[in-house]
Amino acid sequence: MINAIFNILIFPGFLFVSIFGLMAEFIDRKIYARLQNRVGPPWFQTIADFIKLLAKEELVPCQANAKIFRAAPVFALASSVTAFLYIPMWSFGSLCSFSADTIVVLYLLTLPTLAIFIGGWYSTSLYARIGTVRSLTQLFAYEVPLFMGILSAALLADTWSLSGIAMFYSKHPLYCCFNIIGFCVSVIALLGKLEKVPFDIPEAETEIVAGAFTEYSGKSLAFLRLTLDVEMVVCSALLAIVFMPFGLSLPSVIGFALFIVKILFIISLISLLRTIFARLRIDQMIDFCWKYIAPLALLQLLINLILKGILKH
Amino acid sequence: MENKDKFRIPIGPQHPALKEPEGFSVALKGEKIMGVDIRLGYNHRGIEKACEERPYIQDVYLIERVCGICSHSHSTCFVQAVEEIAGLQLPKRASYIRTLIAELERVHSHLLWLGVAGHEIGFDTLLMYTWRDREIVMDILAMLTGNRVNYGVNVIGGVKRDITPSQIQDVLKGMDLLEERTKYYIDLAMREETIIKRLSGVGVLSHEEALSLGAVGPTARASGVARDTRRDDPYAAYAEVSFNVITDNHNDVYGRTVVRLKELMESYKIIRQLLKNIPDGPLSVKAPRNIPAGEAISRYEAPRGEDVHYVKSNGTEMPERVKVRAPTLANVQAVKQMLKDRYLADMPIVIAAIDPCFSCTDRMVTVQNFDTGNHETISWDTLRVYGINWHKDRGVDFSNVTK
Repeated sequence: MINAIFNILIFPGFLFVSIFGLMAEFIDRKIYARLQNRVGPPWFQTIADFIKLLAKEELVPCQANAKIFRAAPVFALASSVTAFLYIPMWSFGSLCSFSADTIVVLYLLTLPTLAIFIGGWYSTSLYARIGTVRSLTQLFAYEVPLFMGILSAALLADTWSLSGIAMFYSKHPLYCCFNIIGFCVSVIALLGKLEKVPFDIPEAETEIVAGAFTEYSGKSLAFLRLTLDVEMVVCSALLAIVFMPFGLSLPSVIGFALFIVKILFIISLISLLRTIFARLRIDQMIDFCWKYIAPLALLQLLINLILKGILKH
Repeated sequence: MENKDKFRIPIGPQHPALKEPEGFSVALKGEKIMGVDIRLGYNHRGIEKACEERPYIQDVYLIERVCGICSHSHSTCFVQAVEEIAGLQLPKRASYIRTLIAELERVHSHLLWLGVAGHEIGFDTLLMYTWRDREIVMDILAMLTGNRVNYGVNVIGGVKRDITPSQIQDVLKGMDLLEERTKYYIDLAMREETIIKRLSGVGVLSHEEALSLGAVGPTARASGVARDTRRDDPYAAYAEVSFNVITDNHNDVYGRTVVRLKELMESYKIIRQLLKNIPDGPLSVKAPRNIPAGEAISRYEAPRGEDVHYVKSNGTEMPERVKVRAPTLANVQAVKQMLKDRYLADMPIVIAAIDPCFSCTDRMVTVQNFDTGNHETISWDTLRVYGINWHKDRGVDFSNVTK
């Protein structure tokens, strides 16, 4: 019992993943800043911001539905932290692994977007409404390629469980090379999921202030921002375990360090991508995703299906 | 809400996309813009009136503060008008120095604009890069004039600061660096997919519309209107340098970007010619304290477009009337046209593309009900009665208070 509470609250649960998330945000911001010729924040900036926001007054718009408005960030944070519990870190097993946990992780990672949508919608701000509608529109464009990219890797491994996928690719490391298209598709879809440039349309600062977050302040804003950080870490961890399952049989300390390095690699990839593009319009984003990214994901699916047929014989 | 699927959102007076207070009320249907109402007048400072209450010498400094970016434009434009009334002949060297500062100002303004445009389309890297490079020209301006903005080089009848040979070398060095960087940005604008996607076809202003709406500066030139005061009505030393008037036929925000970037290259060319041919001589002629009665209109090609100043003197040391027509006032009318049938996402960049300077524009106030569009005015007495009744309804009686 105590062990389970420790796992959920401290490691690898809430506390660990929160601090890791804040550090990941720092690394993302630092890389972003260095690429832009800026100095960037000090290492404790994100933690200081979080603590500062916790201490600030929280305002709820008088027309907003206060309960839903306050509950949405907590719900979003909880679902993204829960998703982390299903991801194997230094070995093949995760804390709560079962036979179809890939689907559960993907589902849990969709929930924050929906929670933020509901919170933003009920804040009744016009900017938030436009932002939330945009984020839902965007959801349909990136979610399909992301699912197809990750599930095609699972298809080749012939299992729906993350530990199964990891085990399969550790046995046949060369098969990872077939998933490169899927990896690229997933990283691009991730930019949409995490609302980073060029897909930061739902929170486009110069158009709709902060999108769904416009009316949030204080504790709720702190938790929302933490949710985004945790989401970034969990998504990167998911991609790391599906597309780069190396070194899982190493001793736990080295394996764990390798796991962190893999996540940081994906985060730096995201930082690099968000440095070199301008923000697209929502119609251009949908076009891009359905015209190029979704067909590429389908191609990956096709490759893996054919490959699977060849391998069986 | 007018009907179910159409609603109005305010962009401004406080909004992250706007660097100055300005009201845009946008009627939206989904993401599509159905109509825009523009409201000026949040930052009216009464500079024209203040000019009429101060001697000309102080006015030069005051008028320089009309705009933070094109401060030299306004002071030169004003000084030119006063010099015309007083019949002063500007020394050659002074006119060269004025032109030099004017072109350096254009360089810094266009680089600033490029960064702002990058920010408006969510390309913050471009903002950081251009503003870093802009520091080169800011440093040059600080070296030549002592200030990064509001240079204070103009006096009536000439300029205040000379330029030394070693400074000329420093400026030339800076121009080489900037030219290299600008070539890189031109290359970037020509090739970077997301920039082209966000800018081309956005904010279209056709050649005819640009003419009929009276657009000026890069906004007009990007619609193929070859209008440039520097060439059409040369002032200062512009008659003695050769340069091209850049025009473009894209008619959209992309065209405006290209025009500004190419104008930067022309500015470097002009600066090099000026520094090569700068003559020796006095810096200023003595101006009388009392300017003789008369009036003059002065035109000046500011970085944002044609700036017009009108000065009327009555023989005393203070002007009778000063009127400033900042370029943004001429361009802001076109914004409504540019936003027709566009998306909300294009709004910031379309507004930014005219390089608006709203504080400079706020000269005149029209009274209009923001929601109904009525032009009705309310007298002071009516307002007072309304106020008294408003408080009465809430249990406070002010009706015994004398006027």
